[in-house]
Amino acid sequence: MDLIWLVPLLPLAGSVALMLAGKRLRPVAGGLASATVAGSFVVSIVALVDLLGLPAGDRTHVVHLWDWLAAGALNVSVDLRVDTLSVVMALTVTGVGFLIHVYSLDYMHGDPRYTRFFAYLNLFVFFMLTLVLANNFVLMYVGWEGVGLCSYLLISFWFEKKSAADAGKKAFVVTRVGDTGMLIGLILLFSTLGTLDFDRAFELAPAMPEGTATAIALLLFAGAVGKSAQLPLSNWLPDAMEGPTPVSALIHAATMVTAGVYLVVRAHPIFEASQIALFVVAIVGTITALYAATAALGQDDLKRVLAYSTISQLGFMFLAAGVGAYAVAIFHLVAHAFFKALLFLGAGSVMHAMDGDIDVRRLGGLRRDMPITAWTFVIGALALAGLPPLAGFFSKDQILSAAYGGGRVALWVVALGAAAFTAFYIARATLLTFFGEPRHQRTPHESPVLMTAPLMVLAGLTLVGGLLGVSASDGAIARFLGEGFAAAEHHGGGLGEGTLIAIATSISILMLVAGWWVYGSGRVDWTTIRGQLGGLHTAVARGWFLDDLYDRTVVRPGRRAADVLARSVDQGVIDRGITGIGRGFAGLARVGRGVQTGFVRSYALVFLLGVVGILLYVAARFQ
Amino acid sequence: MKVFPWLSVVTFVPLAGAAVVLVLPKGRDALYRWVALVASVATFVIALGMLGAYDAQARGFQLLERATWVESLNFRYVLGVDGISLFLVLLTAFLMPLAILASWKVDRGVRYFMVAMLVLETAMVGSFLALDLLLFFFFFEALLFPMYLIIGGWGGERRVYAALKFFLFTMAGSAFLFVAILFLYFRADPHTFDLVELQGLALPAVTARWLFLAFFVAFAVKVPLFPLHTWLPDAHTEAPTAGSVILAAVLLKIGVYGLLRFNLSLFPEASAYFRTFVMVLAVIGIVYGAILALAQRDVKRLVAYSSVSHLGFCVLGTFAFTTEAMTGGVIQMVNHGLSTGALFLLVGMLYERTHTRDLDQLGGLGTVTPALAGFLLVVSLSSLALPGLNGFVGEFLVLIGTFPVHRALTVVATVAIVLTALYLLWAFQRIMHGPLRAEQVRHPDLSIREYAILVPIVAAIVFVGLFPKPLLDRIEPSVEDAARTVQDAGPAPALGLEVP
Repeated sequence: MDLIWLVPLLPLAGSVALMLAGKRLRPVAGGLASATVAGSFVVSIVALVDLLGLPAGDRTHVVHLWDWLAAGALNVSVDLRVDTLSVVMALTVTGVGFLIHVYSLDYMHGDPRYTRFFAYLNLFVFFMLTLVLANNFVLMYVGWEGVGLCSYLLISFWFEKKSAADAGKKAFVVTRVGDTGMLIGLILLFSTLGTLDFDRAFELAPAMPEGTATAIALLLFAGAVGKSAQLPLSNWLPDAMEGPTPVSALIHAATMVTAGVYLVVRAHPIFEASQIALFVVAIVGTITALYAATAALGQDDLKRVLAYSTISQLGFMFLAAGVGAYAVAIFHLVAHAFFKALLFLGAGSVMHAMDGDIDVRRLGGLRRDMPITAWTFVIGALALAGLPPLAGFFSKDQILSAAYGGGRVALWVVALGAAAFTAFYIARATLLTFFGEPRHQRTPHESPVLMTAPLMVLAGLTLVGGLLGVSASDGAIARFLGEGFAAAEHHGGGLGEGTLIAIATSISILMLVAGWWVYGSGRVDWTTIRGQLGGLHTAVARGWFLDDLYDRTVVRPGRRAADVLARSVDQGVIDRGITGIGRGFAGLARVGRGVQTGFVRSYALVFLLGVVGILLYVAARFQ
Repeated sequence: MKVFPWLSVVTFVPLAGAAVVLVLPKGRDALYRWVALVASVATFVIALGMLGAYDAQARGFQLLERATWVESLNFRYVLGVDGISLFLVLLTAFLMPLAILASWKVDRGVRYFMVAMLVLETAMVGSFLALDLLLFFFFFEALLFPMYLIIGGWGGERRVYAALKFFLFTMAGSAFLFVAILFLYFRADPHTFDLVELQGLALPAVTARWLFLAFFVAFAVKVPLFPLHTWLPDAHTEAPTAGSVILAAVLLKIGVYGLLRFNLSLFPEASAYFRTFVMVLAVIGIVYGAILALAQRDVKRLVAYSSVSHLGFCVLGTFAFTTEAMTGGVIQMVNHGLSTGALFLLVGMLYERTHTRDLDQLGGLGTVTPALAGFLLVVSLSSLALPGLNGFVGEFLVLIGTFPVHRALTVVATVAIVLTALYLLWAFQRIMHGPLRAEQVRHPDLSIREYAILVPIVAAIVFVGLFPKPLLDRIEPSVEDAARTVQDAGPAPALGLEVP
């Protein structure tokens, strides 16, 4: 465990080496980058084994690296924390990260900036590991901003395209809005508790006044909302699909976007000090889950379907965290990492085969040409829909049960609705892509083995991942995470656990069948649906006009205001005012001296003479 | 044993270099450049020696040098260094060789350009080290002439206007300063300009406040604080690269330094009295500068307004009077010097290639000059305070130290950070991203000389970001003393804006 610093250091070393060596390392760039992540994975496994060897109450180990920010009462060091939660996160990041590195070997092959891609990907893994291994809020913030930077670099990786460059900037700036809230939260936390270290802060948190606790928790949550693309800061994630698909899989599905969930779970003693804050987390998560699930229905771009799906699934995780079922939230985070990475990589495989076109209206029948991609995708889709016994079934049902059991019946109903739409949109996307007759003229081929192997591994993990948490209180993850993260006790409610599962599962199956009826059975002409829906379809397809709203209320007025300030106020009023005062003086001086030649020179001369005169006067007086 | 006069040597070696350049035979441009470079590198080495001789454990001024200048009038030559001036001198000495390297392609009046640069360095270092008000004023005024010449002689199209504006704004401020300094001199008994002795001077509160304002105006113009900032965009836009670099990285710092060194220690009660007033101006500058930067098309003007915004953090930290915030303010001065200095260097390199600074004329350069793009990105990230790089250290300390003093202002200042990200990334995008224009396909990427300029700065940016402790440890005791002086004078909130 004392070697835990190797976990972030290896990918950092890989990244720096690739950046410095540039194209010279091109032939081995992908291999080197993958190897460093594999190395981190192995070290994380070692840490896991070490932790398992310790008694359950004693599984926290802090490694001090160096003193960082120290002034006055502030003292922040670079400390890494090995505990159950950080190890689960590190394993997910490095495990899924490694598979996606391998996939990228082929996917990015031939790209002119191949070396740089892996340098950025490694850098991302480094920052993500810093985020999850940090032992204080400030170091976590370093990772937090760092992954944002890598997200920016990788979304705008093909920066010659304006849309890609715009999307990268949008991601960075929108998430930074949330991060600013988080930064203020950290400052408030420090001024309240006098510390930013996790253990000390969590120890003191319960004693905070509820108002302060609410403020701190909600400010921290603002950061989570930005990074995890929850309402109202969700609009950057669909655009982030401009990045290469492995990036969408790793950063914008499996790992970085889950950082917000990690934050809430990690800082749960602070959130628990305020019932309002936890409730807000649950509500935001639930509304976002429904919002994004409906928006996913209207997307024709396969990756955008998955992007909205990710937003929606993150909402489910926040719902779990908001009702105190932290272990369930983390379980769904891990399960989602498996099946969503699988779905994205599958979409990338389709993109690879179809020369970049993944408009589902122009796909169809691909299961015959690319069976591995198709059937692994189906596994991922069924897991997303929540069909037993796949990973997503257990985690999603535990979330719904926890919401119900936690007394949030209204949220449970809304979340059920979101789950219903989920089954329907993923059925639509899957059937239109892989089933039916081809609606394209190409002759696609299955992707090469470096791409299909990660698909198969992820499909395997999706199949058996449910074993990590067969039940909310007694799953492997819940038991490993330990007491602090356990799900809240059931408050009873009217319905038993079995009934809840039956309700949720039948809704999923029903909606899958409905999806098949519309998009797979051939009995409905789905191409005419959007015409019949009219404005409703436009609203859904545009993510309920969230972007348009920001454009009209913030972006355009803001730009206009800046222009007015720059042109009229700064140059017109302030500059003229100040120089006017100056001119007044200068005019007086000029009258007094009657000198009109070279202004500066004469001013300087007068000044110099003045100084000398004064000095002479002084000298005369005192000698 | 006679101690080595580190401070005099570090101050006057550049001037000696200037003298050498002046007596060299005519028409030897390459030689002038090399002599100037060697002199500035030597100054940096000496500054490192000064750092080595500085005792991190001790408090107060160190390496003091005292001499009598005019005996009868009690004019003295007093130099001393503390944790505040230490790093500003180092910053100056660090950047000057890089600025000279960046001016390697200046081919008109090379001799006088180099002389002006070296004289400027002596004046800047002297300003940071002088502990006698008259001596300080002498150096402070001596800055103006070489800077005026650099802008007016080697600047862009509107150089004469810009140089004049720069000169008059600062000169006007100096007039107030000079009167106030003389007032103090005559008030003291025996008459003296010695800072340490003047600190003990008992002044009626009202008098002290007027004197505070006289000093304040002089330094606020230099910083520049809103609304006295309008000379800066013009001066920056027209100045040659080296001029912009030195102007932003060092000259502006003399304003903040002056506030910290003179206003706080000479007029502690007045400083406390005007605390909120100054903090409000600083925060207006932070937000206003950031918004204005958003609206700029000229890259240099954009960076100039970003300076207004960043310097606001320095002043905000200084006038919070807490150890954290003041330490942050000082380190933010160093950080701004590094990142904005580097930004101007990069903009200069860009201009040498494209001959435009208009963001609407640029675009897509990331494909032809990837190394330049990489440096620009790192420096932009440093400027937008990405944690892990230097900018974050300063801003975080300022914010965390200002919060207990004034919550609302801190929150407003924090929100401005979003705008910083927006204007810097937007500028980066408009320069480096998007399709490449046909006329810009053939630009070369960075040369060895340009790497030699940029690598040291980026190394410093990363070092301060990750290991700020050696700096913080030395700055902290000095600002603690300054903070205590003001706090002992008693808090007297102005404007009633304080939140309990």
